[in-house]
Amino acid sequence: MSGHDSGHGNGLWSWITTVDHKRIGVMYFIAALVFFVVAGAEALLIRIQLWGPERDFISAETYNQMFTMHGTTMIFLVAMPLSVAFFNLIVPLQIGARDVAFPRLNALSFWIFLFGGIFLNSSFLFGAVPDTSWVGYANLTSSQFSPGRNVDFWLLGLSILGVSSIIGGVNFITTIINLRAPGMKLMRMPLFTWMTFVTSFILVTALPVFAVALILLLFDRFFGANFYRPTAGGDPVLWQHLFWLFGHPEVYILILPSFGVISDVIPTFSRKPLFGYPIVVYAGILIGFLGWGVWSHHMFTSGLGPIADAFFVASTMIIAIPTGVKIFNWIATMWGGQIQLTTAMLYCIGLLAIFTLGGLSGIMHSSAPVNLQQHDSYFVVGHFHYVVAGGVMMGLFAGLYYWFPKITGRMMDERLGKINFWTYFVGFNLTFFPMHISGLYGMPRRTWTYAAELNVSLPNMLSTIGAFIFALSALILVYTLIKSALAGEPAGPNPWKAATLEWSIPSPPPHYNFAVIPTVRSREPLWREDERREIEAVTLKEPDVEPVMPNSSYLPLLLASGVAMTWILVMTGKWWAPLIGLAYTGVWIIVWAFEDPFAKKGA
Amino acid sequence: MSMEATAADDHDYTSTGLPTWKVGFWTFMGSECLFFASLISTYMVYKGASTTGPFPAEVLNIPLTSISTFVLLMSSTAMVLALDGVQRGSRKLASFWLAMVIVLGGTFLGFQVYEFTHFVHEGLTISQNVFGSSFFVLTGFHGAHVTVGVLWMTILFTMSVRGKLTPADALKVEIAGLYWHFVDIVWIVIFTLIYLLQ
Amino acid sequence: MSNFEVAAEAQVHEGGSHASVGFYWTIAGVLAVITAVEVAIFYIDALAPALAPILLTLSAVKFALVVMFFMHLKFDSKIFTGVFVAGLSIGAFVVVALIMLYHFLPRLEG
Repeated sequence: MSGHDSGHGNGLWSWITTVDHKRIGVMYFIAALVFFVVAGAEALLIRIQLWGPERDFISAETYNQMFTMHGTTMIFLVAMPLSVAFFNLIVPLQIGARDVAFPRLNALSFWIFLFGGIFLNSSFLFGAVPDTSWVGYANLTSSQFSPGRNVDFWLLGLSILGVSSIIGGVNFITTIINLRAPGMKLMRMPLFTWMTFVTSFILVTALPVFAVALILLLFDRFFGANFYRPTAGGDPVLWQHLFWLFGHPEVYILILPSFGVISDVIPTFSRKPLFGYPIVVYAGILIGFLGWGVWSHHMFTSGLGPIADAFFVASTMIIAIPTGVKIFNWIATMWGGQIQLTTAMLYCIGLLAIFTLGGLSGIMHSSAPVNLQQHDSYFVVGHFHYVVAGGVMMGLFAGLYYWFPKITGRMMDERLGKINFWTYFVGFNLTFFPMHISGLYGMPRRTWTYAAELNVSLPNMLSTIGAFIFALSALILVYTLIKSALAGEPAGPNPWKAATLEWSIPSPPPHYNFAVIPTVRSREPLWREDERREIEAVTLKEPDVEPVMPNSSYLPLLLASGVAMTWILVMTGKWWAPLIGLAYTGVWIIVWAFEDPFAKKGA
Repeated sequence: MSMEATAADDHDYTSTGLPTWKVGFWTFMGSECLFFASLISTYMVYKGASTTGPFPAEVLNIPLTSISTFVLLMSSTAMVLALDGVQRGSRKLASFWLAMVIVLGGTFLGFQVYEFTHFVHEGLTISQNVFGSSFFVLTGFHGAHVTVGVLWMTILFTMSVRGKLTPADALKVEIAGLYWHFVDIVWIVIFTLIYLLQ
Repeated sequence: MSNFEVAAEAQVHEGGSHASVGFYWTIAGVLAVITAVEVAIFYIDALAPALAPILLTLSAVKFALVVMFFMHLKFDSKIFTGVFVAGLSIGAFVVVALIMLYHFLPRLEG
């Protein structure tokens, strides 16, 4: 055996120093699941508080912290990392690669994310939990109106997380451009990889804008700058522009991976290729670009003027078109196919229904006059939970049930899976549908209680009951995961008889993924008998010579500590403190530059 | 089908024949465009918005900044010549031109330090008004990028004089060069929008 | 040899034509001249109304020269152009959009 150490032992150290995309994907997944439980608990506290009018189960201040952390955690520490988990686990396998383009940077992204998430949640230990909502509008977030450390934890934590996302985006773009197997032309790639590609472009372009919005806030709070200070000529609305210039593309970062998942899962369980593959690809690309042109539909109440408003009404309505096109393509894929109602497929069909409803309420928002009634009401809360807690999460859960056998070598328990799905579906709708009603009756969001006279007590009661059913489904999911991982039926390479390349290798994959990199000749390589035979002849056998993989490394963890440290040192308020962090980070960057990932380690 | 490893199994295989680091780095620069675009936008949004002075016309020094702009452009020239030197295998040329990049880049930074100090003496600080805030944050981040570049070139220069930059290492120098030129083109935009179009 | 070096050696000729040193000095000269012209125009009061379009054009030319020739983008694979221009165009859009929203569109007063 060569003197290489790809870190495939089982000790903690091998996980801490791993640069293997499969292990990194598993770590992202577990971390996201933990944060999911935390954010879910925050949601339940909200729902208990809102069970009836004028309750004081929690104080107004605590309530503000709960909805802030719930939103921030769900978006940045749950939904995005879950998507990234799948990017990591699946994309290299789908394109016939041994790993991503930059394995060490991949590990770096994970550790930066983990440190950022821990830092953000450490605010609980310091009694300074962020409380200005996940959108952190200026100038509520100024040192004048938020004098404590709460906003500091928020802005610094998110700054750390942004670095992780940008690095990850560069990594996946490069991987998809440069590491495809022979014959894997772009228009032969599986849709999940395509949507990862588009999402990665949005990540690397939108996150820098958010970084600047946060940096400007940082300078205002710590160094007396005037970016959001009206008395000095600053404009709080600039925060809204910068935030939503990031924030709207962000929602496409959230949904496109799920669209990618179902674009692979639906064909498998319809036994039919995806209807209109090129159209689905181009629609995804179009959404990625058009998503930059709609941001001020979040700002119809900010007084931008009629011309600006009209532009954004039009652009928002237009962007519904490519999304609608995709829905038709998914339905057309199922039409005339042999439908297999596995749990993964149930989640896909559920997404089609739920996301369509969320899209319809979204179209209602796109009309500026209607928006003035709906803005800041529970109608919005209902809308975005349908598209995110419904659309995004259902797609990712479909991916979980679909790819679990590939990653673990075991089948997920289908009976428990169906119980999970149905409790999810019932709990979800019971929780979030009534919000459209309470919103239209005038219940404002981000408000810790409501008057009995508002007549929204019944919808709120239903939402709270639904939330607990929803929470139950999450517990069932966790139980199903653990039970299946430990005692699930062994899965072969291709339990679903699916079409794409990841199903041509053993389950779980060997650490080098492909014994020999196959050549691909079509979009559904494993559905063409001669192609499948050719490919499996090389992918299901032991290699003659074990492929050389990069060494594990402790540098990603160390460099991540530097990145986190630099931002955290801003808290001291001293301008020279982050420079110390930068110097520490710089040292590790230089060591990294001179480390050879393929050097033979001493015997 | 042969079970021997094919060319695709080499851990340097790429689907495009392009160096992976170069693909990644150009993508990263596309990302950095958004970072600077946001800072530039902030400056442009706040033009004319300061409620109190000093105002741009009172403090911006066009002749001085023109010289520093010229210096930075010449440093980019030195950079391509340094890369050329490495590609030819000339340790002398590579080392000389890398040193010039460092000297010229350092000179640019010197001009910036002078400018910042002078502005502070004139009463323009980051907290004085929105002009101060947006000016210092935008040019400060640019200057920080130049500083990182100078450090990077210093490491390359050290490697060069020790004979450790051969033609096989040209990609490393090329990527460092891409970074340096990027920092230069951002300055072209800043010089025009802040200094010339007051 | 490190992975980096092997890859570099394999691709050392992918960049297409190698410009001569003279060519680089020519570009440098053009950049210097354009900068001088820009500064001169700044001081010519008669041109003040047309200052913005002229300067923006000249700067765009400098920008393009550095990107195409010093960064070699003109002679390299279109893939590099693609990933860079994707970010550049969105960045340009952001700058233009915010300038329009703040300086050229009427807002609601009061």
